[in-house]
Amino acid sequence: MPTEVPALALEDIRVTFVSQDGQRYTALQDTTLRVAPGEFVSVVGPTGCGKSTLLNVAVGLLQPSAGSIRVFGQSLSGLNRKAGYLFQTEALMPWRTALQNVTAGLEFRGVEEKEAEAKAMSWLQRVGLTGFGGRYPHQLSGGMRKRVALAQTLILDPQIILMDEPFSALDIQTRQLMENELLELWSANRKSVVFITHDLEEAISLSDRVVVLSAGPEAHPIGEFPIDLPRPRDVAEIRLTPRFLELHTLIWHAMKAEVLKSYAQQQKQ
Amino acid sequence: MPSSRSSKTLRLWQLALFAGILAFWYAATSPTLLPPIYFDNPHKAAFFFGEPLKVVERIWVWFSSGSIYPHLWVTLLETALAFVIGTVLGLVMGLWLALSPTAAALLDPYIKALNSMPRVILAPIFGVWFGLDIASKVALGVTLVFFIVFFNVYQGVREVSYTVLANARILGASDRQLLRHVYVPSAMSWVFASLHNSVGLAFVGAVVGEYLGSSRGVGYLILQAEGTFDINSVFAGIMVLTAFALLLDWMVTLAERRLLVWQPRGGETEKI
Repeated sequence: MPTEVPALALEDIRVTFVSQDGQRYTALQDTTLRVAPGEFVSVVGPTGCGKSTLLNVAVGLLQPSAGSIRVFGQSLSGLNRKAGYLFQTEALMPWRTALQNVTAGLEFRGVEEKEAEAKAMSWLQRVGLTGFGGRYPHQLSGGMRKRVALAQTLILDPQIILMDEPFSALDIQTRQLMENELLELWSANRKSVVFITHDLEEAISLSDRVVVLSAGPEAHPIGEFPIDLPRPRDVAEIRLTPRFLELHTLIWHAMKAEVLKSYAQQQKQ
Repeated sequence: MPSSRSSKTLRLWQLALFAGILAFWYAATSPTLLPPIYFDNPHKAAFFFGEPLKVVERIWVWFSSGSIYPHLWVTLLETALAFVIGTVLGLVMGLWLALSPTAAALLDPYIKALNSMPRVILAPIFGVWFGLDIASKVALGVTLVFFIVFFNVYQGVREVSYTVLANARILGASDRQLLRHVYVPSAMSWVFASLHNSVGLAFVGAVVGEYLGSSRGVGYLILQAEGTFDINSVFAGIMVLTAFALLLDWMVTLAERRLLVWQPRGGETEKI
């Protein structure tokens, strides 16, 4: 699809951090990532390779040192208003109930309270939290808080959804449940997704395409693998199919050298 | 967590201890009960330490005749005003300085200096500036309350979780909405953490102010009693003040429970 305008295009991104004592650290170098409308792309790579940095650039929280970001062909300045962001760590406002957290985005946009609440109720139902609207985040389990965060992001109907290892803190059963629910929500209303993870199995079972980043510093994509597994998928079952194992071997082979490199660097420090 | 039975036992022991202290006080100061052990005159112990029965009687007379109400009212009014004004000022200044690094850098040494200054010493100056009526006591209370609230708000705003803040911005919050929906609620939890302290200090400000120069208030009553060596009235005044300090503290606890429902409390394990 070369003629189609990508939903998100990061071109030749370079991110160099300068610490207060003048030390430079280049997290990303020559990174290009294009995501088509409705495409589910996962980015995998060893720990500390700048995956989160990439996402922070895409959402506009971080200005790249060089390179350009285009959102549906428009050059990005400031925050990316077309994007929703699901954080790895807790991002819910602890002083708001689950329902109030879900309505937050609509409230900020000046949507009338009743309308926002009705919409939030239906989203809570969609993520399986009917009857939990009045609870505060600390009264919910980790999995439930992720569901609230998911509803909080999706209620605004973003064209691009950026996810930064959203399920990494969950236990394996809850995680697979959430992954299936994510796929279900996504296939009902296909948006562009950039899903960051260090878990290759998660990446393959969810995505249309897997991008492998090299070990940092100066991380850059070293491989792209289209995932031709049929949809709809069940993330637990699809892991047992021969094609999945083939893809896994192929991508793991590409990743292995980088993981070892990253490990060796950590040993040195 | 102690069970309700053991907490009841504990409460009984606390009452018993209180009764024991009163009994000891009574026995040691009564001119007729024990032979004088330390003092040569049997009335000297009562002169220095008062007598519990007379103290209770004095409190009873104050409340039954109603003569203490105007004094109590003035002291509580000063406390409430100092508390409210100090808290609002601390909140506004704390938010402002925490969100404006330039102003914070500029004012930093002055804030530190003002905070380290023994501010009780300002009471006579306030007396000169604001007169001997309630305004000077309120001013003293405000200087005490302000810094507690200010430092807590300042800290609270600077410790807002980066993720919560970034998330709210991505969800579309404007700067004003960030202030209202993220910074203020986050700072409020720190303000509440300091509320017990600030109510207590507002009270201290009122009483110390009265003690140093006034014509009304419980601090004034105590000062008058001291002037005539009426030790029983002094102790009666101290007891009334303590009781009301406890009452204020209890009211703060109630307000806290109400407004901070979103915070997990120790021992609460409700999770589904």
